[in-house]
Amino acid sequence: MSAVFAAVVARDLRLAWRRRIDALLPLVFFVVAGSLFPLGVGPEVALLARIASGVIWVCALFAAMLSMTGVYAGDHADGTLEQMLLSPEPGWMLAAAKALAHWLVTGLPLVLVVPLMGLLFGLPRDAIAMLALTLLLGTPILSLLGGLGAALTLGLRSGGVLLILLVLPLAIPALIFGTGAVGALEGGQSASGHLSLMGALLIVTALGAPPATAAALRIALD
Amino acid sequence: MSTPLPSAPTRTTRPPLRWSTFAAPVRFHALTGRLIPWLWLLTLGFAAAGLYIGFFVAPTDAVQKDAYRIIFIHVPAAWMSMLLYLAMAFWAVIGWAFNARMASMLARAIAPTGAMFTVLALWTGALWGRPTWGTYWVWDARLTSELILLFLYLGFLALVHAIEDVRRADRAGALLAAVGAINVPIIYFSVKWWNTLHQGATISLTAAPKMAQTMLTAMLLMTLACWAYAFAVVFMRARAIAVERERGADWVRELQQAGGRR
Amino acid sequence: MNWGSASAFWEMGGYGLYVWGSYGVALGLMLIEPALAALRYRAARRAAADLDDDPETDA
Repeated sequence: MSAVFAAVVARDLRLAWRRRIDALLPLVFFVVAGSLFPLGVGPEVALLARIASGVIWVCALFAAMLSMTGVYAGDHADGTLEQMLLSPEPGWMLAAAKALAHWLVTGLPLVLVVPLMGLLFGLPRDAIAMLALTLLLGTPILSLLGGLGAALTLGLRSGGVLLILLVLPLAIPALIFGTGAVGALEGGQSASGHLSLMGALLIVTALGAPPATAAALRIALD
Repeated sequence: MSTPLPSAPTRTTRPPLRWSTFAAPVRFHALTGRLIPWLWLLTLGFAAAGLYIGFFVAPTDAVQKDAYRIIFIHVPAAWMSMLLYLAMAFWAVIGWAFNARMASMLARAIAPTGAMFTVLALWTGALWGRPTWGTYWVWDARLTSELILLFLYLGFLALVHAIEDVRRADRAGALLAAVGAINVPIIYFSVKWWNTLHQGATISLTAAPKMAQTMLTAMLLMTLACWAYAFAVVFMRARAIAVERERGADWVRELQQAGGRR
Repeated sequence: MNWGSASAFWEMGGYGLYVWGSYGVALGLMLIEPALAALRYRAARRAAADLDDDPETDA
């Protein structure tokens, strides 16, 4: 069973590697979009440091969602998706594998770029570390929720934007706990409450999203 | 073999009502057609009673003066927006689980009304906030959750309209509505959490005046009025959807012949 | 009775704009919504009638 899981992940990673430039686009978007905010609100250091965690989190959200349509679209177009669902492996495993692959290609790199973004916003070092940690917990949540959105909007013309609109409200708790953790740190309090909630959210999403995604794929393909 | 044939239902021997009886669009259409006028009557009756008590009997509030009277439409609208979302999710899932078309149609009929009440709750909340707190919008937990609920409604409507295959749209909508319904408590909790974090900006619109009995009565009556209204409008829309979808069916043809073009 | 006169009622202690702005929009929405639903129903019935009026061939 785990062999199939690993095979799906490996395949997606190989496909992403073949189109490396495309895989980097969400990262570039992340930095460009984040950079717009200082241009928009002014370079005042104190203000930027205050809005940093929120802005960076939201930009990460958008960047993760932008690459989400591609997760199932390619396999859907050439019929591979239907084949995968016909296999004896449970659908949720396919969904989980796809989410993991998306996170490895898009989510994890975003986390690695966070220090750069923190620098642009003048965040102190410990805040940057906390922000990176919350995104490390949060980006898998986004990949899982995004997979559900991608499955629901499979093959639709308005797919990309519709996917983002569907997923954003569901991602709000993660956003709140993630930015709250950084805020707690900056306020001198413990961030453990926020991080625990984030962890719980990740577990609940990891358990709930793959079966829901599998159901959505079946709805889309039947 | 001679087994007696079951006798066809006559006027005196109609088939017994089962809970699934009104799952058939034709019977739903017939029943709701008869109910709607009564529902409008109930709406007007409850609204008249509620507004009378709210404006002429309930006393002026000491702190908020007469601005608080917005509560008699704001709170019922907010309650309806949440109730209707659950109803929408419920019927959508029933339609999916039992392959019951009418349940899915009912869910689709509920969505616009639910969204309307959400917009109304937000609008009245803003107009209540302006005189009491000085700004048209405050990010208090309830209003913020109401805004997110509007996004969930809009997401449902957008999804079902984007999918051309009707039954696929019904099922996808059901899954989305169910996921949304499960997430509502999580979202509400996180928004309350967020609201208490940012102490400086915490203004609660929920600091409603201490409720005199008459105020509660008026609010209850207005809630019943909104409920009856919702039933009436949702039934009207559901009937329209049923006729749209079942255009070629026999029962629609018979409708046309019986009633002529309407 | 809370109101000394009709004008006092409309003014709502100075908050008339907010109170009537709320109830006015509520009334407006609750008139437009059923009207739209009724129009939709009528259009559906008309479309169904048109379907029957077209010369049909037995399938």
